[in-house]
Parts: sequence; structure tokens; C-alpha cells
Amino acid sequence: MTVTVLLFASYADALGTSSMELEVPPGSTVRDVLSTLAALPGGDRLPPRPLVAIDEEYANVATELLGGEEVAVIPPVAGG
Amino acid sequence: MRVSLVDEPIDVAALLSEAGDDSCGASTVFLGTVRDVNDGRAVTGIEYSAYRTMAEREMRAIANEASEKFGVTRLIVEHRLGTLCLGDVSVAVVAAHAHRAPALDANRYVIEELKRRVPIWKLEHYRDGTRDWVGAGSGNREPAFEIPLEESDASLTQDSVTPGS
Repeated sequence: MTVTVLLFASYADALGTSSMELEVPPGSTVRDVLSTLAALPGGDRLPPRPLVAIDEEYANVATELLGGEEVAVIPPVAGG
Repeated sequence: MRVSLVDEPIDVAALLSEAGDDSCGASTVFLGTVRDVNDGRAVTGIEYSAYRTMAEREMRAIANEASEKFGVTRLIVEHRLGTLCLGDVSVAVVAAHAHRAPALDANRYVIEELKRRVPIWKLEHYRDGTRDWVGAGSGNREPAFEIPLEESDASLTQDSVTPGS
């Protein structure tokens, strides 16, 4: 199944892209997606436990994905 | 109630007249502005970026929470994105109410929650020509952030990116 991964700010810089389609096995969790990202070039610069959002809502990394979701990896926010 | 991410300068006077009417005895305005120094480094400007759709959704949720908590329905939140110069207004929160206490409380609640959970980032530009993401270095960690999900059994800390070599 495929999920869309969104990366922002320092995380986009680390991976060299702000979005990618990722193919993951059925039953994968957000944690599995993060492990896949960590193995990519520059992925070692992502922290082990970043904040994530699924379809624009903050989510737990243990959440199981169904495919088609937008998984955003959220750096420490700094609005204001 | 209105929340927006904007790419143009924020017109504070327009927000004030939009928020209030004759039933309001109090209007509060919070403005965030670009400061010339951060962590001892001379700042010349800040580039703001966001996860736009989620940021607006989260700003709307915060405004609704403020409305429920303090009974303030006349509430406007604007956050500007793009490259801002020193002194530019990056965020404005305007709350209007018959009385001052709810207008003050709602305003404070909105800006504190916005800073805590709305996915917006600052790339600071420094006088020496370098740039850095605010909060991404280990010296400027955000506080623990609780995932607002019922099934979440743990509060997670926002880990910072490991600085590159």
C-alpha cells in the first residue's frame, strides 16, 4: 500500500524533499513509516520520536495505516 | 470567528473593526513581531512556513476552544507566512467581548495554544549571513507535547532534528 509522507522545515532539509509517496507493507504503522524514512539518505538526521500527524491530525506512532493516508512528520513548531 | 494564514501584511486596524461592534466594551489585541535578537544572535528577518491545511485546522480548533472556555465568539486569528523583516507583525489575535476579562483570557489562551501546537516554522536569518530553523537545535527544545488523541497512552516529547555535520 502507499502513503504520502510530508516533511517540513528542518526535516524537509534533512531528507532533501518535502513530500514523497512511500510503499509500505499492509498493516504498517506510523512507526514503520518512520523507520523507512530513517533508512533513506539524510534520514539519520530525523529524531527517533518526531511528532506525526495523519490526515492533518496529531497521531500516535503506533497507529496502523490503511493506505492512502497523508502522514506528516512535524518538526518542533515555532509559530508566533 | 475567523482564522487565516495570510501572505500579505496584517492590517491590525481592519481586524479590530471586524472583530468588535457596539455590544463590545473590550477588545484585546496580541501582536507577535519579528525581534532583532534570538539566543544571542542578531536576527535580520524570519521566513515563516507552515503545513497550511493543518495549521488552519488547528487554529480553528483553538479558536473554538477559546470560545467554549471563555464565551468569546468575536475572535480573529491571523498568522502571516513568508519572509518578514524586523518589526513586522507575524501573528495577530483579536478578541472582543462585552467585558474585558473574557477578552483578555481568550486572547492569552489562543496565542499560547497557537505557539504550542500549530504547525508553523521559523527560519531565522542572521546578520552574519547564516540561517537556522528555530527549535531545531538541541539548545532550544520545545516542551513536552501531549498528543490530543484518546488512544494515546503516552505524552511524547518533540524531538529535535539532529544537527548535520
